[in-house]
This record gives sequence, structure tokens and C-alpha cells, in this order.
Amino acid sequence: MNFESGKAGGQIRERLVVIGNGMAGCRAVEEILARDPGRFDITIFGAEPRVNYNRIMLSPVLAGEKRFEDIVINDEAWYADNAITLVSGDPVAQIDRANGAVIAKSGRVEPYDRLLIATGSDPFIIPVPGAGLPGVVTFRDLDDVEKMLAAADGGGKAVVIGGGLLGLEAAHGLSLRGMDVTVIHLMPTLMERQLDEAAGYLLKSELERRGQTILTGADTAEIVERDGHVAGVKLKDGREIEADIVVMAVGIRPATGLARAAGLEVERGILVDDHMVTSDPAIMAVGECVQHRGTCYGLVAPLWDMCRALADAATAQPGAGYAGSVTSTKLKVSGIDLFSAGDFSGGAECEDIVMRDASRGIYKRVVVKDNRVIGAVLYGDTADGSWYFDLLKKGEDVSPIREALIFGQAFASGGALADPNAAVAALSDDAEICGCNGVSKGAVVKCIESGAHSVDAVRSTCKASASCGSCTGLVESLLAITLGDGAVEAGPKTLCKCTSFTHDDVRRLILEKELKAIPQVMQELHWTTPDGCASCRPALNYYLLCAWPGEYIDDQKSRFVNERLHANIQKDGTYSVVPRMWGGITSPKELRAIADVVEKYDAPMVKVTGGQRLDIFGIRKEDLPAVWADLNAAGMVSGHAYGKSLRTVKTCVGSEWCRFGTQDSTGLGVKIERMTWGSWMPHKFKIAVSGCPRNCAEATIKDFGVVCVDSGYELHVGGNGGIRVRATDLLCKVATEEEAMDTCAAFIQLYREQAHYLERTAPWIERVGLDHVKAALFGDPKAVRRYAARFRFSQQFMQDDPWARRAAGKEAELHQHLAEVRPFPAPAPQEEIA
Amino acid sequence: MHGEWLDIGPVDQIAPGNARTLPVRGGEEIAIFHTLDNRFHALVNKCPHKQGPLSQGIVHGGVVTCPLHNWNISLKTGEAQGESADERGACVPVIPLKVDAGRIYLLRSAVLGQKAA
Repeated sequence: MNFESGKAGGQIRERLVVIGNGMAGCRAVEEILARDPGRFDITIFGAEPRVNYNRIMLSPVLAGEKRFEDIVINDEAWYADNAITLVSGDPVAQIDRANGAVIAKSGRVEPYDRLLIATGSDPFIIPVPGAGLPGVVTFRDLDDVEKMLAAADGGGKAVVIGGGLLGLEAAHGLSLRGMDVTVIHLMPTLMERQLDEAAGYLLKSELERRGQTILTGADTAEIVERDGHVAGVKLKDGREIEADIVVMAVGIRPATGLARAAGLEVERGILVDDHMVTSDPAIMAVGECVQHRGTCYGLVAPLWDMCRALADAATAQPGAGYAGSVTSTKLKVSGIDLFSAGDFSGGAECEDIVMRDASRGIYKRVVVKDNRVIGAVLYGDTADGSWYFDLLKKGEDVSPIREALIFGQAFASGGALADPNAAVAALSDDAEICGCNGVSKGAVVKCIESGAHSVDAVRSTCKASASCGSCTGLVESLLAITLGDGAVEAGPKTLCKCTSFTHDDVRRLILEKELKAIPQVMQELHWTTPDGCASCRPALNYYLLCAWPGEYIDDQKSRFVNERLHANIQKDGTYSVVPRMWGGITSPKELRAIADVVEKYDAPMVKVTGGQRLDIFGIRKEDLPAVWADLNAAGMVSGHAYGKSLRTVKTCVGSEWCRFGTQDSTGLGVKIERMTWGSWMPHKFKIAVSGCPRNCAEATIKDFGVVCVDSGYELHVGGNGGIRVRATDLLCKVATEEEAMDTCAAFIQLYREQAHYLERTAPWIERVGLDHVKAALFGDPKAVRRYAARFRFSQQFMQDDPWARRAAGKEAELHQHLAEVRPFPAPAPQEEIA
Repeated sequence: MHGEWLDIGPVDQIAPGNARTLPVRGGEEIAIFHTLDNRFHALVNKCPHKQGPLSQGIVHGGVVTCPLHNWNISLKTGEAQGESADERGACVPVIPLKVDAGRIYLLRSAVLGQKAA
């Protein structure tokens, strides 16, 4: 080193040069001064023309809650008092390692003995056309904030690209400043790195309630220009959003340019050891620009630990070094309390403890593994965030407070109160148990004493926990206290283990509370798991689809694979494909198309099904869209042989050909299939139409069967040919085809609205009774027409061929592999990704 | 960047709640999952029960439900979740995965280690 110096005699100080006047650089200097104030001559270079300030408080400055003076960490006096030379507004342009000096943009040369790089990070600009236009800003420093404030002065419209922490804080500030704000986020949920689906959903709803427009799953195509200035943002799906200012807040990148040019080892960030020393022993680095044990940090908390480790090493003091950080996140948007920390991915060895309180808008989730807290997400009530974070960092054994953990520190450390039953027993008789229905503890106990020995019985007699369900735990405790654990009766089966509500309760509450999305149902009805299970997700998806036709957006990820891939999965992972043949009638053109598909895709088998259709076996998921395109070209659509939906309408030839036929059973079968195809139902649904009582179409073991007779049509329901054969019940007899069709539509709609998910018509009718079905349909002369009208309304949204959409290339990711790994053969093992 | 990690591409190729597949020539197909709380996991795409394609199952709470017979498999450990004699101890290999700068990486040796020996 040319400028060798030392502490010889304490006279010559080492020269420490710091690149970066931000939070990391200044904190490191503070830590060094605290350990050995006389050790270094310190020079700090800052790119911004101002003193050191708290960058994470820029959001409150933008929102008007703080002024710049409030967020200054070290004022000019601090630099002077510590004999630090601050070179602001003259950024370093080059590190000259050979001569041990840095060269600033102005040409100024500053020699160093030790160099500290604290350059932080740069905002990432998505490379779309127009990204460089005036009016496109980032959110990193005070200059950015000033640009945003200037734009907000005129009101107008702002678009924020990026629904992460920074983007939402920018959106909040601009919204408070009077702008009309739209947030564009690539991923389906906001802040997806910190929040799970449930919390992300609550956050989105709250921001929308505050007047922001939140577009998730929205990919920016370009920034639109008018008169040389930004005018809007165009999305890849063609939508265009007007904007007077566009804030890009999609992420940050470690600022490694200087280090890289100087030949230091750099990957994503500047590589440092546990004492923040780079590949050059004279050069240290700290903050967002570094990569430590493979991780780059974008939050402030790890800085403090990094700076301590760095200062220990720089002043030759013993120290354990930096071992990485567990981080937590809080969103700085006033009125929205949100906290997340650690690992909340859950899984087998982990236990999710979930508490939801819909009336107060609270969602809490604590993840416990091996009796230790490993993650937490809190929405609406974050008072215990730091307590959970502390338990997490210390790895404390929480088994003694496990039962009360989710209720927070006050409750969990409350001694006897940690036993929920004891806490409930201690309540006074007039304490309110159920806020929704105003039921006191005394009233619930009286209800239990007079014979309600299950949660369900309590719900139906005194209404406690019958609305939102958040007090179900309290009611359970009261049952246990009043009757003793053993005497509490299990109620009717709940929908699944994630909820205390039955199928009927859930369906009723979806309508009553106008619940329109799966995460909303889970929140409002106090689901005990963060995102449900393989039983409730498909059930809720169906219930919402049935309740809100044309409005609810089908949730593909909640569907069983067959309904996602519109084909029937086989034991070897291939699929079978059944095109629709209306009423079981086909044509040479259709048969040719099927034959061509069988040959073209080398399908190992083609088979006639029990429902009078042709089933092509052994198709790979990648080939499905192409197979469907070929079948579509011959005029065929999906046969839904895979779905909880109308399968087939089986017919016999009827009066057109058969010497015994009494009516046109094929014609009616075709008409019924045209009316009912595409409808999603609680379970699969089969129909048949027979032309005479000989019943060749086997109509009396179908969900809905028509048997034609001389005088009209006998309509049968609730048949099943499966494990337990059940012959149909006769529902009614009608005179005309039109009446037969209306009754069919009405019966299907009644079944759709009332049966439990995965309940065929046979067990449904046995459960509710044929009289119930008859009363519902015929008790009021207009009922059939009403149900039929609801069915037809719903069908207008259902009857588009799901195959055609995929054949046109939509949702291709469901069919295509990500890539293929093709290792080259030995001797030199290498591989590439195609 | 050569090294022990294989770059599988950007995270947004897999929507939350979904999985996609990565065939390995001469080895077992790998399923890469994106959970609803935005974690990524990779498993060999075969249920330990009857080799069902796990990538096609419903994902919930760190678990995937196999589409063939509804076995629940932990995305983190590959272990079957049930208590039956068949399920106890049944396990599918996990491929170490990391996400860095918005891209998914799989441990190369584990990917290639799936090759039939």
C-alpha cells in the first residue's frame, strides 16, 4: 500500500474513507467511533447534497406526516464534532486499489488506508418502452419524494408500479396528497414476499376501500407518452391507465458498480465475510450493497448487526462477527397494521395457529415448529408483533403457553388465564359471548342446561356463534365447563377440519354476508387454517360460483386437476379425452376427427363409454390443447367427462326409428343436453331419456331420467348406478317437452343450490326427503319457473367450451413444462436448460 | 453463472397455488411448487403411494394433495402426512431450491442425482 501509515505512537491516524452517506455508512462510523474515537481520520462521500437522514422515513415525509428535518439522523454538528470530512454532492467515480485512493467525479483524489463501501442499492427500473420519460420516478431518495410532491400538487392521477412495501407506501402518500392512485402489481397478491394469501387479500380490500385501485396479476407493457411527458401505463392485456406521474417501485438492486469496476468479488452483491470485509482486506462493505452468506438484505434491521461486526474488526476488537439476520416487516401506512416475520410457509412439521376476528378485521397466524415460533403474520392487530418476533429470534420453547399463544403476550403470560376454559369460567354471567346476536354467557349456559349439548344445538336454540362463528371456541368452552368434556355431543359434520361450520351454514352465510371470494369466506367465517385444504377449497369455489353467477371469478387453483385440465387423469398420469356427442348421436365427420386424433397422438386405446360417448385414452397434458384444437375443428366441444358437472344425456332412438317409441326421445335428449351442458354442480350429474317404458336408456338409475309414455313424460330423480344402486323416485308427470325441460332445469338448480359439495342426487334426496324436493318445486305454482330461470341465467356464463380457450393458447402454463434438463453424457458432466 | 445451482428461470412462471414440471432426461421429472404464501419447493413428481403426478394436486398450507388417491405430501420434507401403515414413513425426494433475485434455482447435484443409477 502506498499510503502506509499506522498508529505508531498514536500520532498518525489511519485514513478511513466511506463511500456512502446513508444509513449504513454513518451507522458504521458511529459504531467505530464508539469503540475507538481516535483511531481514524474519516472522510465520508455522499452522492446526495445533504446530511445523513433516515431513508425509511421518506414514506411519512411523502404522506405529510413528517418533515425532512424530523428524519435527519446526524446533522452538520455531528460531522464537525467528530472531525469527519463530509464530501456531499460529489460522488465517487472510481476506486484506485493499486494506489489506495478513491477518485470523485470532480477529480478529487482521497487516499485511504481502510475503505468502506456503503453504496446501498438502486431502484430497479423495468425495461419497458417509455421508462425514461419525464414523469417516471423511483422512490429512493428525497429528490424522488420532491418530484412526487410536485406532481401531487396538481392533483391528477398517479400509477404506482409494484405492490410491495415501498410501492404501497408511495401509493398511500400520493393518495393522501389528493391523487387518484392505481397500483399495478405483477403477482396475484400484494406484498407476496411478506404476506400470505389471507393477509394480502385483507390488505387489498382495505386499500380499495380507501379509494385506491389495485390491479393484481397486471403486467406492464409500456409507459405511454404524450407531448414528451408520461401520460399513462399500458398493460400486456391491453388495458391502459391514465397517469400524470408513474412511480416505479418494483424492487432494488445492490449498487455494486464501483466495487465491480475495482475488481472486487461481486455476485448479486459485494461478497463479504462475517466481519464485512470484501475480497480485498483493506476494503470493507456494509448494508444493502453486500451479499453475506448468499443473502442480500433490503431492510434496515440487519444493518445494525452488520455495523457492529464491522466496527469490531476495524478497531481490532474481539467479536463473534455477523451471522445473518432474521427480518421482520411492518408496513408504514397509517391505519393499516400489518406485521410479518420469519418463515410462514407452514407444512407438515409445522403447526399453524390461526385466529380471525372478522368483526374487528383481524387475522393472526403464528407458525410453530418443534415448540418454537418460526414465523408470524399479523393483520389488523400487530401489538404483539415484537413479542412474537422476540420469541422467534430467541427460539424459546413455547409449549407452556401454546394454548394461549395466539391471544398475545398479555393473555399467554396471564397464569391461570392461559387455560381457555378457566378464563371462560371466570367470566360473569352477563358477559357477552356472541357479539353478533347479543347472547350472554348466562343465556348460553341456560341453553346448554336445557338440552343443547352440541355447538350446533346451541347455535340453533340461542343463536350464539351462528353468524360469524368467532365465538365458537367460547361456546365449546362453555359446553365443556357446563357438561364436562365427555358429555359434549359432536354436532353434524362440519364442512372440513378447517371450520366449525357445516356445508349448509357456509352456503347460507355466503349469501347472507355476500361473501364473494375464497379468502373472504375464510376470514369472515374464521377458518382455522391459513388457506384451507383440498376438501374446502373446491367446495368453496363451487359454492361461490353457484351463489354469484357471472360475478364470481372461478379459482383454478382450487379445482381438482380434472377440472383444471378439462380431461380425466389416469393412473399413469396421462389423460383421457371425451368430446361431447349431443344425445349420443355422432356423424362421419366427428368419427373421422376422433379417429385422426387417435392415430396422430398414438392414443393406446379408444373406448365406448357407458354414457354413449367415445373416450380417447393416454393423452399427455402437453398434447391436450392440440388434441382439443383438432376436435374443435370438427365442431366438437368438451364432454365434461371429468367434472362435477353435467356428464351425458343418454338416449334411445325413440319414435323416430323404434317401433315401440312413444315420443322423440333422442330429440328431447339433444335439447336437454344443449340446455344443461357446461353447468357446474355439487357432483357429477347424469341424465337419460327413454322413448318408452322399456327404458333402453336406463333412465331410472340416472340423476334425472325421462321416460316417455303415450300421454307425455314421466320425470324421475335421484337414481344411481354406482356402488349402491338406487332406482329413481318419480318426481312428476308432464304433458309437453317444454314442461319436461323446465322441470329438468328447475330440479338441477334446486340440487345446485341445496346439496352439499360432493353429494350426488341420490344421497341428497335420501337426506332431505323427496317431499322436500316436491314441496320446493311444486309448493308454489311459480317455483319451477323461478328455479328454471335462475338455472338459465347461470348457464349463459357457463356455456363456453373450455377446450376452445386452451386450444387458442390461453393458460398454456398449465400444460407446458417449465423447461427440460438435458445433461450431456459423460465424461465431462455438464448440463443445460432448454 | 456456473456452480452448484441450476437456474430454472423467473419466479413468475409459476402462479401461487400452482406447480410446474421440469423433466430431466435420463432421470425423474421434478415438480416445482409455488404456495399461496409465496414459497417455492421442489419434489420428484411422483407420489410415494402409486406414483401420481404431485404437480397436478391442490396445494394448501405447505402440503400438496396427490390427484390420484388424495395422499397429502409435505412440500418441505416430501413425507406423506397420514397415519396409516402405508403412509407412515413414505417419502418422496426433495430437491433443494432457492430463490434469488426473482429467479428459481435448484441444487444441480440433486437434480442430476435423480438419474437412474
